[in-house]
Amino acid sequence: MTVLSGLLSQLLPGDTQADRVVPPSGFTATLTLFTAAAMAFLAVFALALSLATGRLADSWSNELARTATVRISAPEGQMAAQTEAALRVLETTTGVARARALDDAEQAALLEPWFGPDLPLDQLPIPRLIEVTETEEGFDTQGLRLRLAAEVPGAVLDDHTRWRKPLVQAASRLRLLGWLSLALIGAAMAAMITLAAQAALAANAQVITVLRLVGAQDDFIARAFVRRFAVRGLGGAAIGTVLGCLAILALPSARIEGGFLTGLGFQGWHWLLPLLIPPLAGLVAFAATRAAARRRLEKMP
Amino acid sequence: MIELEGVGYSYGGGELLSDVSLSLAPGSFHFLTGPSGSGKTTLLKLCYGALVPTAGQVRLFGQDRRGMDRDDIAMARRRIGVVHQDCQFLDHLDVAENIALPLSVSARDLLAEEANLRELIGWVGLRARAHARPPELSGGERQRAALARAVIMSPDAVLADEPTGNIDWEMSERLMRLLIELNRMGKTILIATHDLALIRAAKTHVQARVLRIAGRRLQLAGADL
Repeated sequence: MTVLSGLLSQLLPGDTQADRVVPPSGFTATLTLFTAAAMAFLAVFALALSLATGRLADSWSNELARTATVRISAPEGQMAAQTEAALRVLETTTGVARARALDDAEQAALLEPWFGPDLPLDQLPIPRLIEVTETEEGFDTQGLRLRLAAEVPGAVLDDHTRWRKPLVQAASRLRLLGWLSLALIGAAMAAMITLAAQAALAANAQVITVLRLVGAQDDFIARAFVRRFAVRGLGGAAIGTVLGCLAILALPSARIEGGFLTGLGFQGWHWLLPLLIPPLAGLVAFAATRAAARRRLEKMP
Repeated sequence: MIELEGVGYSYGGGELLSDVSLSLAPGSFHFLTGPSGSGKTTLLKLCYGALVPTAGQVRLFGQDRRGMDRDDIAMARRRIGVVHQDCQFLDHLDVAENIALPLSVSARDLLAEEANLRELIGWVGLRARAHARPPELSGGERQRAALARAVIMSPDAVLADEPTGNIDWEMSERLMRLLIELNRMGKTILIATHDLALIRAAKTHVQARVLRIAGRRLQLAGADL
C-alpha cells in the first residue's frame, strides 16, 4: 500500500523541476519501453495459458469425475442377459443416479473416428457399454466391482480414474507453469529495468554530483529517475498488452474439434485481467528504479 | 557556523591533513593558500560536508558532521554556496536555469523568485548570456555564473575552490570584487587559491585572514600576505 501510494504521488502530479534537471536518457528510454512492451505481450499469453489450462483442468475434473462406464464382454447369446443383469445391479447400487446401455447407433458413433461410418456392429465382437452417472455422493467403486464380478462375470467397471488423474494433473501443472511464467516475466522485466536505470544513473553521475552539490536531497534526485522509468514501464506495458490482446483475439475461436489450443484465450470477465498488466508493470518499474537509485545515491558523497 | 577542531583526513593509507582547527565566523573573510596537492580542496570539502574527517570533529551550523544523515548534509549545503574551479554545470540547461538550480532542488517557486534571479544575473553581468548554454560561455563568464548559483539561496557562507584558476587577471579582479561585495553583505567567505597576487590585491579592499596549508597542517600565513 505504501509503495502504491508512493507510486501514485510520484506519477500523478508529476514534478517538472525534477524531470527538467535530468537530461533525456537516450537508449535507456527505448530499452525500457521495448522491454516493458515485450514482457507485457508475453504476460498476456502466460495469463491466457494459465486461465485456459485452469478451465481445462476444472472441466476434465468435473465432467469425468461424475461418470463411469461398465463394459460387458460376453458371448453373443449372453450379451443381452448380462447387460440386463448389470443394469439391475447398477439400479440397486447406492450412489448411482442413472445407468443406461448405449444403443448400436451410439456405439457406432463412438467408433466412427477410427473405423469410419457404416460399421457392421452386429458382425463384430464389440462389447456393450453402459454409461453410469453418479450422484453427488458417488458410489463405492470397490464394492460395485465386487458385485459385478459376482453377478455379471463379463462386466468391467471403468471409473475413468486411471486416465482422468494424469490429465487433470497435467492441466494443473500447466496452470502452475503459466503463473510461474508470469512471475518470471515480472522478475525479468524488473531486472531489465534495473539495468536500464543503472545505466541511466551511471551516465548521469556528473548531473547527480552537481545536484548534490547544490543541496538536492536523494528523494528529489531519485524521483526524477523513478518517474521517468515508471512512466515508460507503464506506457510500454500498455502497448504490449494491447498487442497481446489483439493477438489472442486473432486466435481461432474455441471448438471441441480444435482441442486445447483453440481454447487458449479469455472468456467473459477474464478479458478484464490483462488490464492489470500495465499498472503492475509500472509498479515493477517504479520499485526496481527506486531500489537502483537508492543504491547508487548512497554510494555518492 | 563552520568549525573544524583537531581535524585529520587520511585517504588510501596516506594522511592528507592533520590536526586542523578552523572556525569560520559569520561575516569573516578567509583565504586558504598552499602549493598544489597540499590539501586545499580536501579542506574545503570537509567544510561543506562532502567528506567526513577521519580524526577530530567538523561542526556545520552546530551539528557534528558524523551525526548528520544525507538529508541533513543536503540541507546544510543550501546554506553553503560552493564555487568550483571547473564550475560543474548541467550542459542541457541554459545559464539562467543552472543559476536557478538550487531553487529547483529545494522546491522553491521559480516564478516567485524570477525577479531575484534576474537581478542576480544582472549583478554578475550575465544578462545577455542568460539563455546561453554553459559550453558557450568564456572562463570568466562560467565563474560568475557559478558564483551566482552559489549565492542564489542567500547562503550564510560561500566557499570557492580556485575560482580564478582558469581566467585572466581582469576577470579574476572582477570576480574578487563580487566576493568582497558578498562579504560586505554579511556572508562568510573562504577562498582556496594559490594566486598570491590576487590575495594581496584583495587585502587592500577587505580585512581577510590568510591561512596556509604546509606539511598537512593549517597555519596563519606569513607577514608578506
